[in-house]
Amino acid sequence: MTVKKAKSGIEFWQGNEACAEGAITAGCRFFAGYPITPSSEIAEHLALRLPQVGGIAIQMEDELASLGAVIGASWAGAKAMTATSGPGFSLMQENIGYAFMTETPCVVVDVQRVGPATGQATKCGQGDVMQARWGTHGDYAAIVLSPNSVQEMFDMTVKAFNLAEEFRTPVILLADEIIAHMREKIVLPPLDKVKIVNRRKPEPDEKAFFGLEEVPPIPSFGEGFNITVTGSTHDEYGIRSTANPVVHRKLVERLVGKILKNTDEIVDHESYNIDKCKVGIISYGCTSRTVYETTELAEKEGIDAGFIRLKTVWPFPEKIVKKMTKSAEVIFVPEMNLRQIFYEVQRVVGDKVPIVAVNKIGGGEMTAPEELLAEIEKELR
Amino acid sequence: MSEAGIKKFMRDVPLPFCPGCGDLTVMSSFLRAVQELGYNSLRKFVFCSGIGCAAWIPSPHFIADTIHTTHGRSIPVATGIQLVRPDLKVVVFGGDGDLTGIGLSHLIHAARRNVDLTVIMVNNMIYGMTGGQVAPTTPIKMKTTTTPYGNIEQPIDTTRLVVAAGASYAARWTTAQADKLREAMKKGLRTKGFAFVEAVSHCPTAFGRRVGLKTIVNILDWFKENSISLEYAEKMTEKDLEGKIIVGEFVHRELPTFTENIYALIKEAQKSAEKG
Repeated sequence: MTVKKAKSGIEFWQGNEACAEGAITAGCRFFAGYPITPSSEIAEHLALRLPQVGGIAIQMEDELASLGAVIGASWAGAKAMTATSGPGFSLMQENIGYAFMTETPCVVVDVQRVGPATGQATKCGQGDVMQARWGTHGDYAAIVLSPNSVQEMFDMTVKAFNLAEEFRTPVILLADEIIAHMREKIVLPPLDKVKIVNRRKPEPDEKAFFGLEEVPPIPSFGEGFNITVTGSTHDEYGIRSTANPVVHRKLVERLVGKILKNTDEIVDHESYNIDKCKVGIISYGCTSRTVYETTELAEKEGIDAGFIRLKTVWPFPEKIVKKMTKSAEVIFVPEMNLRQIFYEVQRVVGDKVPIVAVNKIGGGEMTAPEELLAEIEKELR
Repeated sequence: MSEAGIKKFMRDVPLPFCPGCGDLTVMSSFLRAVQELGYNSLRKFVFCSGIGCAAWIPSPHFIADTIHTTHGRSIPVATGIQLVRPDLKVVVFGGDGDLTGIGLSHLIHAARRNVDLTVIMVNNMIYGMTGGQVAPTTPIKMKTTTTPYGNIEQPIDTTRLVVAAGASYAARWTTAQADKLREAMKKGLRTKGFAFVEAVSHCPTAFGRRVGLKTIVNILDWFKENSISLEYAEKMTEKDLEGKIIVGEFVHRELPTFTENIYALIKEAQKSAEKG
């Protein structure tokens, strides 16, 4: 089959479009989704573009089926993705747990809007941060990336696929309405300059695809391996074990461990002046764009400010947050929710430095730079 | 056909089913169907199943690629597999709870899309694994663990529903007609597009003992006495058909499949993309 290549060069794109093209560049050849604002443009763009590169894009009857089809496609050997927003993300939690338990590489994009429930469908929010970490039942460790630009909607979609393939786990791209719907200049690297990771395949005589190694090799259906995939507790060979405590411990401790033990390799952040700052700001996603300007304004006022932007929210980048406490005398955590990452910062920082939550929800309104600056000045007074 | 003939398809792990479970009849009927179609191994097959007793028929017992999914989601998973690997035979096993309760919407949509799948539904008319609760298929008035005063809901006619939704093939037989059931499975496996085989099945543990059919023979006799052929049923009134099991081949037709349509679309999209 001839393949119309993924794009490269300079473009002026919407975030959702960049995400869809990032998926194609990463090698995604299967998309299944269900329409939901503000993520629908990803499905629409892939419906147009995936067939051009020989891929499949389908609309399923709901989000349960969408992620189900993605899981099936992944086991059939395709890199696969779905995209949704809060209400759909809630429906996907069961299959996210299933993909985690069965070590199925796949990417789930959650373009956050205002919740809970239907909330405000067209307005931005950051209320799914904890759901992305703890949404599925049982013990779990998540890889969750947080883009803050159209460029990163592209780059981080590629990265999400790479991490999913490397660690054999579902990876969540936790975008938000602002980043997904705004348009910006984007530089698409030449295809041969993009790092692409592909899942490790087994040797022909291998039989253990669920646990002799931290990240076991993964065959595809139809290759003669007689794979037994199950969401029930299973041994290294995929054979169900519904009551044995040792089998369960071994499996789930490895699944959680393969992510948490590799936190340093997985996490990424952007930081500014964290070695010297007296005022630290920790943010992620759309809110971090406010922080750039706030920092400039603060410096003009003679405040020694610095920031950390979490490009990976889960696993939580503890080391860099701890580093900030060496100089910062107060840390601000602005979020478009009623405190979510705030508690995680508090867990890491403890009593060492006071932490101030700055929160705003509803209507897609974010804390403006002036407002955040006012909060900082109030605290310093 | 000997039992030894179908053993080659099976992994040497203990079977989890209760003594006298209808799943064993469905399992051996299916494997004999495969054998009779000339397959010497299941390497061209992928088996998908959800949650419930019937989901354990292929997983992990068949020597093949098997995927035991979340409750009700076997059909979406099967759809993903089938589209990516249209060269493989994707077969779904599920119970009535899995496919007509929690997973009903997927069953309808897969039939509507005419996804190239063979779906075998083991209908024991009850939630067996969880202890005999009412199912969408439970006969009216029947006492179950969650209908202690008797079931007040009309049972669903799944096979007719699948026909209405657009399946290529649909048939229903009971485990008392194992030969017919096997033939239907063979036909389903040979059908291009969505094939549905409903096996009304005996569950002595969770169903039989609650309706006073204490032995497997009692249940099979009840199936035989109440089975009405499709042709005969057409001449009967709705009232006469109450509590009966209509058996036979409900539809067998040639329709374009989802896979065919998608790959034609891809070809078209690639052609027009090249033209710019």
